[in-house]
Amino acid sequence: MTDENIEFHAVATTSEVTEDEPKAVSIGRLDVGIYQLDGEFYAIDDICTHAYACMTDGYIEDGQIECPLHGACFDIKTGKALTAPATIDLRPYPVKVDGDQISVGVPKVDD
Amino acid sequence: MTDDRTFVIVGASQAGGWVANSLRSEGFEGKIILIGEEEHIPYERPPLSKEALLGDVSVESTYFWKKQTLEESKIDLRLGTRVSSIDRTAKKVITENGEEISFNKLAITTGARVRKLSIEGSQLPGVFYLRTIDDTLEIKNQITKGSNALIIGGGWIGLECAATLTKLGCKSIVVEAADRLCGRAVTPEISNWMLDYHSKNGVDIHLNTGIDIFQGKEKLESAVLSNGEKVDCTVAVVGIGVIPNSELAADAGLDVDNGIVVNEQTQTSDPDIYAAGDVANHPNAILRRRIRLESYENAQNQGIAAAKAMLGNSEPYSEIPWFWSDQFDANIQMIGIPENWDTTATRGKPENNEFVTFYLKNGVIDGAISINNPRDLRFGKRLMQEKKQVSVEDLSNMGIKLQALLRS
Repeated sequence: MTDENIEFHAVATTSEVTEDEPKAVSIGRLDVGIYQLDGEFYAIDDICTHAYACMTDGYIEDGQIECPLHGACFDIKTGKALTAPATIDLRPYPVKVDGDQISVGVPKVDD
Repeated sequence: MTDDRTFVIVGASQAGGWVANSLRSEGFEGKIILIGEEEHIPYERPPLSKEALLGDVSVESTYFWKKQTLEESKIDLRLGTRVSSIDRTAKKVITENGEEISFNKLAITTGARVRKLSIEGSQLPGVFYLRTIDDTLEIKNQITKGSNALIIGGGWIGLECAATLTKLGCKSIVVEAADRLCGRAVTPEISNWMLDYHSKNGVDIHLNTGIDIFQGKEKLESAVLSNGEKVDCTVAVVGIGVIPNSELAADAGLDVDNGIVVNEQTQTSDPDIYAAGDVANHPNAILRRRIRLESYENAQNQGIAAAKAMLGNSEPYSEIPWFWSDQFDANIQMIGIPENWDTTATRGKPENNEFVTFYLKNGVIDGAISINNPRDLRFGKRLMQEKKQVSVEDLSNMGIKLQALLRS
């Protein structure tokens, strides 16, 4: 994925995303979860790779998000699947913060 | 240096699949043989009474791993193979076809089978049980929109089935012999909530009612309930519990008592034989008693624990039991097995079908049940793990975040 193929979308403000409360956004057909960890912001796919559940409804601890349905844990920074039952990673997206505006980069979709 | 040991797993179930895969991911380089009676590789059971019955998903999508992944992990799958005995002295399992398979260590993950009804007419086509993928496919083929579906047993399987069959256009009628729904698992107030919720969704529930006979010429046409009432139905699904498949272990002389008796490390009374999942009865330090759990989480995590134990890890397996169920639009989750609580706290509004009820003993959470609020339940689990002193007022106050109670 080269930079030209990524389009940034302003989807949240910094005050909307806290360490305890991530924010779920839709960008085109993608569901993305935005998280804050130690003052930095991260974006990963919001639908669990194991079964249909919104990860942002899950439980956050030690830099991991735990799926609310079946308990699979993923690394918030990288999307890596850490525990059963998930075996497939969540896709991470680049994040830019400009003032209080959070933008998430997703692949450009041809119209 | 190569590892010339062979680890055999009997039961290609969720637990068995996790034993096999975890042995590999933990670095075991010896031979792994996973033997299963069914023709399927390990699959998820939760969708069987929901998405798979609705027809929303394919059979393959319920598989935990792709066949290719298991092959790449060099897991020798022997499907459609029933093990008839274990020779502990010779350290072999013997299949129904007489094949002898030697093991250095063995895991038994044979799960449980449905408890069957033996009443007049129970052999009629149209009387079903729901445990396997094949059961789901058969039920799906038999139901017709607008017809009556009789469900025997108001437990998890019965209620999930009632919800799905209603969604498919059937009239679901549930008969439950006890005076409340899910009586073995949930508290009376949650049973009442379930009764109300299912009734509002069009399920006809009869408590304190059993079944006397099934009737029909060549296939099921009707049933007579214990109160004498006759119900026309083309399909009946019986969900009256399961029996652990522990005969193999008992015949081999292993300790068996409501399942295969294992220690904290999932080890049976034979140190080279382990057991995990629905078939295993383990000492749970949190509940302070032995328990045999029939849950997704236990099948997975105890399977992983067994693999680690087979490789010499002595970390005890002991977790707060966690269950969930999906019925209509309600996601129901439960932690612990609340017993002997002295007070309860309800957070949220039961009338809006979004709440958690906490059960407290001496100011500490002993268990909780949530309806459409898995997140607060998860915080509750953490509070329970840490044995935090909490008050009914704080737990019930939606203005106070549970994560704040964790930090206090």
